[in-house]
Amino acid sequence: MDTYLDYNATAPLRPEVVDAMCAAASQVGNASSVHRFGRLARRTVEDAREAVAALAGVASANVVFTGGGTEANNLALMGSDRPVLASAIEHESVLAAVPGTRIIPVDSNGLVELAALAGMLAESDTPTLVSIMLANNETGVIQPVAEAAAIAHEHGALFHCDAVQAAGRIPLDIAALGADMLTLSAHKIGGPQGIGALVMAHDLPLTAVLRGGGQERNRRAGTENVAGIAGFGVAARMAVDALSDMPRLAALRDAIEAKAAAVMPDAAVHGASAARLANTTCIGLPGVRHDTQVMALDLAGIAVSAGSACSSGKMTPSHVLRAMGLDSETAASAIRVSLGWRSTAADADRFVAAWCAMALRLATVRMTRRTVA
Amino acid sequence: MTIPTAVYLDHQATTPVDPRVLDAMLPFFSARFGNPASTQHAWGRDASDAVETARAQVAALIGAEPREVVFTSGATESNNLAIKGAGRFAREHGRGDHVVTFASEHKCVLESCSALAAEGLRVTVLPVGADGMIDLASLEAAFTDRTILVSAMAVNNEIGVVQPLAEIGALCRARGVLLHTDAAQATGKVALDVDAMNINLLSISGHKLYAPKGIGALYVRRRPRARLNAEMSGGGQERGLRSGTLAPALIVALGLACEISGAEMASEAARLVSLRTRLLEALRAGIPDAFVNGSLTARVPGNLNIGFPGIDAEVLMAALDDVAISTGSACTSASVEPSYVLQALGLDHAAARACVRIGVGRFTTTDEIDHAAARIVATVNELRIRTASAAAE
Repeated sequence: MDTYLDYNATAPLRPEVVDAMCAAASQVGNASSVHRFGRLARRTVEDAREAVAALAGVASANVVFTGGGTEANNLALMGSDRPVLASAIEHESVLAAVPGTRIIPVDSNGLVELAALAGMLAESDTPTLVSIMLANNETGVIQPVAEAAAIAHEHGALFHCDAVQAAGRIPLDIAALGADMLTLSAHKIGGPQGIGALVMAHDLPLTAVLRGGGQERNRRAGTENVAGIAGFGVAARMAVDALSDMPRLAALRDAIEAKAAAVMPDAAVHGASAARLANTTCIGLPGVRHDTQVMALDLAGIAVSAGSACSSGKMTPSHVLRAMGLDSETAASAIRVSLGWRSTAADADRFVAAWCAMALRLATVRMTRRTVA
Repeated sequence: MTIPTAVYLDHQATTPVDPRVLDAMLPFFSARFGNPASTQHAWGRDASDAVETARAQVAALIGAEPREVVFTSGATESNNLAIKGAGRFAREHGRGDHVVTFASEHKCVLESCSALAAEGLRVTVLPVGADGMIDLASLEAAFTDRTILVSAMAVNNEIGVVQPLAEIGALCRARGVLLHTDAAQATGKVALDVDAMNINLLSISGHKLYAPKGIGALYVRRRPRARLNAEMSGGGQERGLRSGTLAPALIVALGLACEISGAEMASEAARLVSLRTRLLEALRAGIPDAFVNGSLTARVPGNLNIGFPGIDAEVLMAALDDVAISTGSACTSASVEPSYVLQALGLDHAAARACVRIGVGRFTTTDEIDHAAARIVATVNELRIRTASAAAE
């Protein structure tokens, strides 16, 4: 295991997060219990809630802890009980949450088409929920969320934003974004897996998906994951400072793209014309399937992905790239490289060396095949 | 003898993480941080391998196959998935629309059933006996040809009674009805065998079993297959039954916790019963009119639920800040209503309000039991004297 460049799938935990989790896991206590052990656990949970609230700029009472980003997206969409309009490049946990979800198209840069959104809302005669992500998990393209939210609100719709990949990479301010709800996940920002949150700009009537003991103000039943929440809180505090590391990651990412283009002029960076997260690049190598590429890079000790991790086992062409107008062969020749807090210039160099060697070797194979044919 | 500063006797609310379990988790917080779905690279495969090892450990404890185990965020989610998932699937496919459960079930089971009722399914909530036990004859009488699911907890969270799952399972099997059991309080504490007991769906909680909070599992029988609608939609993890990135650290913890509790079940049960008996004898000696709720024979080793006539349990708990006990389910701790479980046994409000739940666990010592018993006896008697003198004035 050498070079990990798959931060959009999951990120290594920050040591400070691990310390907080170990401390919390060493305490016994159910945060709903009224005795001193319970009250201590409750304090840990509420401290973390404040940190997560601060990251998104909401009141801590409007933070609902969930089992992760998928559950938070599901809760936002299922719990609102409104027909959903979602962009074509959303995560599956948004696209699959509610049957009958209608799809807002994106342009060739991967940006949601605002005119189409306005048109769909104008046609709709019921109060709608619009769900558009802040930054895409595969291309890193940053969506015009503030504009989209304004359009949604003009039509009386609620606006949900999946900010899982954006948190800790661009500023998150729910008021500036104009979102009513925002989804966060701990394990994309150096926190643990198994914890996330749905945060709300104001007190919204949400129907709980998980029913039971009435935790999280009746919005999400289940004993609070105290250690996970403690880790999430620390990661949320650190995510604010992590923004200052983005110019460094952007420089590493830009160097990767420049060197790749220099070696293979037909390599394409998808979404490169739009504003993107500093840490993400989606590089296409024409004629070479993404699974072949990630396998070759894996053998070289470099971890990248062929798209979203959830579906990476399936190796189908990315629905994100297809929505941007790429044909399925082109979409299936792209890999995602994503950097994070522990990535170094040496990691970027090792990736470039391995990628170039692979590209040249596979390109030669392709040309030989063509010659033989 | 050292007197501990605070004694934790609320192991049905949650348990401390076993140090062996914590040690096993730690590597997954540092070097082994991969997403198990990222099987295209080494980090992902390492995480995926660890998840599969844990899946086998969980399965082994209940006599299941590894691929029958679905990881969730906890027993609440498992119960929601089992009940709402089975109810919705059966209804959509015209297999029936009637669910049977019991008055003493956990809130999340009753709430999941209510959710189905709101969707138009029929739900029968059967009473339990004064000892907390399910009556098999009334269960049999409740079946109709529309019945698709029975949800019966293995061990009650408040009074610790162990239900006759094998007999319930046999009844369900004879009628072709799915049996779901909320085994959050039972797993690793009493023997469970999904085949011998004819269980189709079984919910497991990590944090009741010395693993951390935030992890659980649902056993879903494959032969014959128990069909469910998923609760979480998205990336299609866990064979489509539970989307969302898996948490390998928590899953590894649950796996090891299952293995440890399975290996130590018999010896630990004997130790806990002896501690509980010691506690009960001391309480009865000091408070002769104390009464126990629920069968003392069909009972999980670590649980005692005991009432002290005339005492307000909330006042007792407030006066006993160095001994952590509870008035019932932690979820509803803040509620002013007396326990609905105790009311289901036939206790009136005043009697139910006089009861506390005392949960003995893996790290509880004899000294702690003696200290707690002395403190409870002294406090109960003090409160009684205070009440008597207030009444005399």
